[in-house]
Amino acid sequence: MTFTNEQLERYSRHIILEDIGVKGQEKLLNSKVLIIGTGGLGAPAALYLGAAGIGTIGLVDGDTVDLSNLQRQVIHSCADIGKAKVISGKESINAINTDVNVITYQERATAENIKDIIKDLDYDFVLDGTDNFPVKFLINDTCVMLKKPFSHAGIIRFQGQTMTYVPGAGPCYRCVFKNPPPPDLVPTCQQAGVLGVMGGVIGTIQATEAIKYITGVGKLLTGYLMTYDAKKMEFRKVKIAPDITCAICGENPAIHELIDYEIAACSIRDRQ
Amino acid sequence: MSEIKPDGFVDITDVVCPITFVKTKVALEGLEKGQVLEIKLKEGEPIQNVPRSLKNEKHKVISLENNNDGTYTIEVIKGGMAET
Repeated sequence: MTFTNEQLERYSRHIILEDIGVKGQEKLLNSKVLIIGTGGLGAPAALYLGAAGIGTIGLVDGDTVDLSNLQRQVIHSCADIGKAKVISGKESINAINTDVNVITYQERATAENIKDIIKDLDYDFVLDGTDNFPVKFLINDTCVMLKKPFSHAGIIRFQGQTMTYVPGAGPCYRCVFKNPPPPDLVPTCQQAGVLGVMGGVIGTIQATEAIKYITGVGKLLTGYLMTYDAKKMEFRKVKIAPDITCAICGENPAIHELIDYEIAACSIRDRQ
Repeated sequence: MSEIKPDGFVDITDVVCPITFVKTKVALEGLEKGQVLEIKLKEGEPIQNVPRSLKNEKHKVISLENNNDGTYTIEVIKGGMAET
């Protein structure tokens, strides 16, 4: 591909990096990343990936922008309240970079639609920016089944965690966490609160992993769970191993169909 | 100038740092390892920085000529300082 002068200038700080260069930027412009959830995690991830020149970004979210989102979901603005999050997200990305083709899926990811969404444009990398366990397991199981690399993450209060799954290269989310906790034991973001900046830190790590996967630079968080404690200002990288008895990626997987686990009642109510 | 006939040429006198090096990298991208790129660049910051950046990325500057009009012409072998 040939870069325009404007593109050379826009991506100059990438191109002059020895590890990225012209070829790396081309890879980014030719890549497709799907971001599920345009909330605390997805918002900063989408902005940085858009700015980085990811050629195609898919946004999946069924919600509309609420005033209470604006404390952390930096892709949305006051004028977007009431607007579909995916539309608001698309507008914000394109306000930064018109090179990005933003595809919107204005729906919640479910066992019924998630495979079709990922296969829609055969996305190269999936980013989990959701706020509940059922969908986190759903994304994991789907990515294992479709052999898609993805970045898991979660944030709550002053804590965050993230790991990267690459087929055949390390454990999946289910290897580590087995099953969703019972719905009544789960505090949601809305119940428990979350420091606004948590999504910025963890979501940006997810975007970094996507860029590294696409360009082949460095080592990914495969086989590691990274945890972040903002109160102690402490990052930990915990080594995790694949589980050969894992119900989805193990030697004899018990799961053959995607599961829509029950979402905690309070988190459904919050959405209405 | 060297006796080698350059395989490519780029004029970066119309841009400033870091686009100077960006355009140089794009030009090098079009060449094979071992081929020679001729670069026309301005005195001052470009002539101070671009050859140094080229060395950092394992390319070998083989000639430098002052054009006595505020510009220089250098020749560089792509990957000329790489070990293998």
